[in-house]
Amino acid sequence: MRPLEPVGASRKVVLGLAFFALFVFGWSVATFGGFVSRTFLADPLTMLREGWTLFAQFGFAKDVAITIWRVLGGFILAAALGVPLGIAMGAYKPVEAFFEPFVSFARYLPASAFIPLLILWAGIGEMQKLLVIFIGSFFQIVLMVAVTVGATRRDLVEAAYTLGANASGIVRRVLLPSAAPAIAEALRLVLGWAWTYVIVAELIGASSGIGHMITDSQALLNTGQIIFGIILIGIIGLVSDVGFKRANRALFPWYG
Amino acid sequence: MSTALEIDAVSRTFAGVRGGPPTAALLPTTLAVADNDFITIVGPSGCGKSTLLRIVAGLDRPTAGHVRLDGHAVTGPGADRGMVFQSYTLFPWLTVIDNIKFGLREKAMPEARAAQIAAHYVDKVGLRGFERHYPKMLSGGMQQRTAIARALANEPRILLLDEPFGALDNQTRSLMQELLLSIWESERKTVLFVTHDIEEAIFMANRVVVMTARPGRVKTDVSVTLGHPRHYTVKTTAPFSALKAKLTEEIRAEVLKAAEPQP
Repeated sequence: MRPLEPVGASRKVVLGLAFFALFVFGWSVATFGGFVSRTFLADPLTMLREGWTLFAQFGFAKDVAITIWRVLGGFILAAALGVPLGIAMGAYKPVEAFFEPFVSFARYLPASAFIPLLILWAGIGEMQKLLVIFIGSFFQIVLMVAVTVGATRRDLVEAAYTLGANASGIVRRVLLPSAAPAIAEALRLVLGWAWTYVIVAELIGASSGIGHMITDSQALLNTGQIIFGIILIGIIGLVSDVGFKRANRALFPWYG
Repeated sequence: MSTALEIDAVSRTFAGVRGGPPTAALLPTTLAVADNDFITIVGPSGCGKSTLLRIVAGLDRPTAGHVRLDGHAVTGPGADRGMVFQSYTLFPWLTVIDNIKFGLREKAMPEARAAQIAAHYVDKVGLRGFERHYPKMLSGGMQQRTAIARALANEPRILLLDEPFGALDNQTRSLMQELLLSIWESERKTVLFVTHDIEEAIFMANRVVVMTARPGRVKTDVSVTLGHPRHYTVKTTAPFSALKAKLTEEIRAEVLKAAEPQP
């Protein structure tokens, strides 16, 4: 191994899968070997069986669907408002000077700390869940987009000016296309964070969703179901991440 | 020949850094560029030649003085002054052909007409077959060819070039010089070309303007009487060498002056 030397495509896949295998192996040794009490940690097979029970007997598919819906709903809402605001801030410095200090402050407000307030304001319905994700995502998106747009290469902007572009042409035909791949990348990151917010939102004051199932299982000391829920979230996250990456590569073939 | 561009006592002073004294980058400079002329500005680095060009382009404002193009004062950048930069400034998200069409689309030119003009300039700079390539797939020389085509397609009144071949290797640079010269010979554009390469300055120009070390001003203004069309072999002829020796001496004096420790 030498620093920064690339690894071959097939070897990369093998290495990536190897760690998953090692992880499950370690888990199996700890549980089947009797090193850890079953009360605290279910073994992999129990976990899978419990997962099957969840889907077959408890209509878990509906919980998964509703959690995905909440994540996407809150995330899309945050992106639909945050991306345009971020672009306006990145492009126009007075707009940035107006919003940036507040957004920087608001970004450190923990979304989960808003849950009690949001329950008070919006009840324990869907709106409250969407708002938690919205608060957690919106300010992050605004700042990341603003920084990206503001970092547009100045020489490209100057080139566009000498080609006759006016202010709106600069925004539409230089700042936007130039920032688009990094904006998409920022959205991919924030979507990942949105998944953590949704589970927190569902742990408190929810009657459905993956997070709700996890709290229920805790009351029943069913660690198999809890772990199954956690792993399922990981898998969904992985799939959406790969999808996002693929889409970005297809949308921006010129990038990188 | 009538005057296309007038640079009238243009100077530029940059504000001091952290309360320091302001720096004079360019002392009052006056220069007239005739219609269809090819002028090169040569000088040691930091002499303000790029600043002057940026002021003409409207990307920077003079501290004092005026720039007029066909009698109209320059107040900001515009399509009538096309520019080719030293850094690669193709839009990476656009293909070669779409880069060339950028200015035409900005003018809202009908697509068919824009395609026709872009195709013409693709041929001119020898990029046929590369129309659908993205900039990242092109060599530095090909990127600068595209940048020249992009500037020319806009049919600017004057073409400004800021050390456009500075980042290219020697062989590519020679080819690009010949390419640009042949385009000028066939299209007779007004060109203002900034470089620090004396040979390049002489080979390309009808007039070479030598600038002093910072703060810059015009030191000498020399006509190049070599005929057209110019072949690269002209670089080895006696008149070329004599002119090169003379300008080298002038610039060397400036470089030495600039290298002296400042009081």
